[in-house]
Amino acid sequence: MTTEKLELFEVFVRPKRGLDHKHVGSLHAQGREQALEYARDVYTRRTEGISIWVVKSQDISASQEDDNESFFDPSDDKPYRHATYYPLPKEITTM
Amino acid sequence: MVNNMIKNTLSEIELERLFQEKIDAEQKIEPKDWMPDAYRQNLIRQMSQHAHSEVIGMQPEGNWITRAPSLRRKAVLLSKVQDEAGHGLYLYSATETLGISRAQMIEALQTGTAKYASIFNYPTQTWGDMGAIGWLVDGAAICNQVSLQRTSYGPYARSMIRICKEESFHQRQGYQIMIELAHGTPAQKAMAQDSLNRFYWPSLMMFGPHDSESAHSARSMKWKIKRETNDDLRQKFIDQTVSQITFLGLEHPDKDLVWNEKREQYDSGELDWDEFYSVINGNGHCNRQRIQHHVKAHEDGAWVREATAAYNRKKELKQTVDAA
Repeated sequence: MTTEKLELFEVFVRPKRGLDHKHVGSLHAQGREQALEYARDVYTRRTEGISIWVVKSQDISASQEDDNESFFDPSDDKPYRHATYYPLPKEITTM
Repeated sequence: MVNNMIKNTLSEIELERLFQEKIDAEQKIEPKDWMPDAYRQNLIRQMSQHAHSEVIGMQPEGNWITRAPSLRRKAVLLSKVQDEAGHGLYLYSATETLGISRAQMIEALQTGTAKYASIFNYPTQTWGDMGAIGWLVDGAAICNQVSLQRTSYGPYARSMIRICKEESFHQRQGYQIMIELAHGTPAQKAMAQDSLNRFYWPSLMMFGPHDSESAHSARSMKWKIKRETNDDLRQKFIDQTVSQITFLGLEHPDKDLVWNEKREQYDSGELDWDEFYSVINGNGHCNRQRIQHHVKAHEDGAWVREATAAYNRKKELKQTVDAA
């Protein structure tokens, strides 16, 4: 039997209810069901979480960090988009 | 057959008991969890209404982008309106985790089956209204949204946390406009007073009917969809706004407002509930205009959606040809 056909999955674990699933790593598996079980065995052996997502790695579209400068546009030259740009008068304590 | 039905009913009751236990223990409910159908429908109603409010809320302020009195103010207003669009998108996506499609929600908005905050049916007549909206309308929204950060549905709670981070800029920029006007020329001060007078009461109505009149309140509290009642949130907003009005040197629109030593809260005048229900039911100044504009924008944007779909088809075709 060859392992060549195994697919790569990315594993996301929700540490507890109310929190987002967080990427914890990858693994090889034969299909989604097996990936879930493997993920449980590999990544949650010490009660790391209460819910697992597995996603085929090839289904993930990722931005390239080298392109960050042109890709992200956080408009840091526009400070007026932040609350701290507007000094509150000291008389105002409830805003 | 009968036995089966009893069994199913029992398991439903059991499921609901476990569901309520999670809620009582301050656990979040996540999309793939079992939930009572009424909980799901209640959330779809409230969250889609919230999303629609963010989107329709762009219109009254968008009205002033081209007429903002300076380039800086135009840039600020533009950024704020852009944020509202983003908030709408967070909320639509979070609502979709409950099994309703974006298209269904948009249709419900456009045909009037879904509501949005009635405040956005008031016209924006002066630049002062940009101040009053940021300060009061966003201020009231923040009160509500801070409370909803602890709502029981995980995706809703998490989008509220994201939204609240961006929201305080909105309120501050509005108050800044009010400070500039209120401390300006007599004409500017009069403009600030006029905007305050027109937007104060509708802002209080944003919290919804009195608890005793609110159709969904009791159950929403039990399910922790709502964490504080309409009246409690409204009181909080009334109390915190008083000193802000005093600082501006403007007259408080509520002539019955008086500090209550015993309650350590302000007693305040009654809202015009006839107006509230009339606007909710479609008879505000701008109800028709808001929806017509939404429909038009949606239809005008159809070519963009068609173009992206065509581009996708072309790319897929190219991939198939390349692979072959």
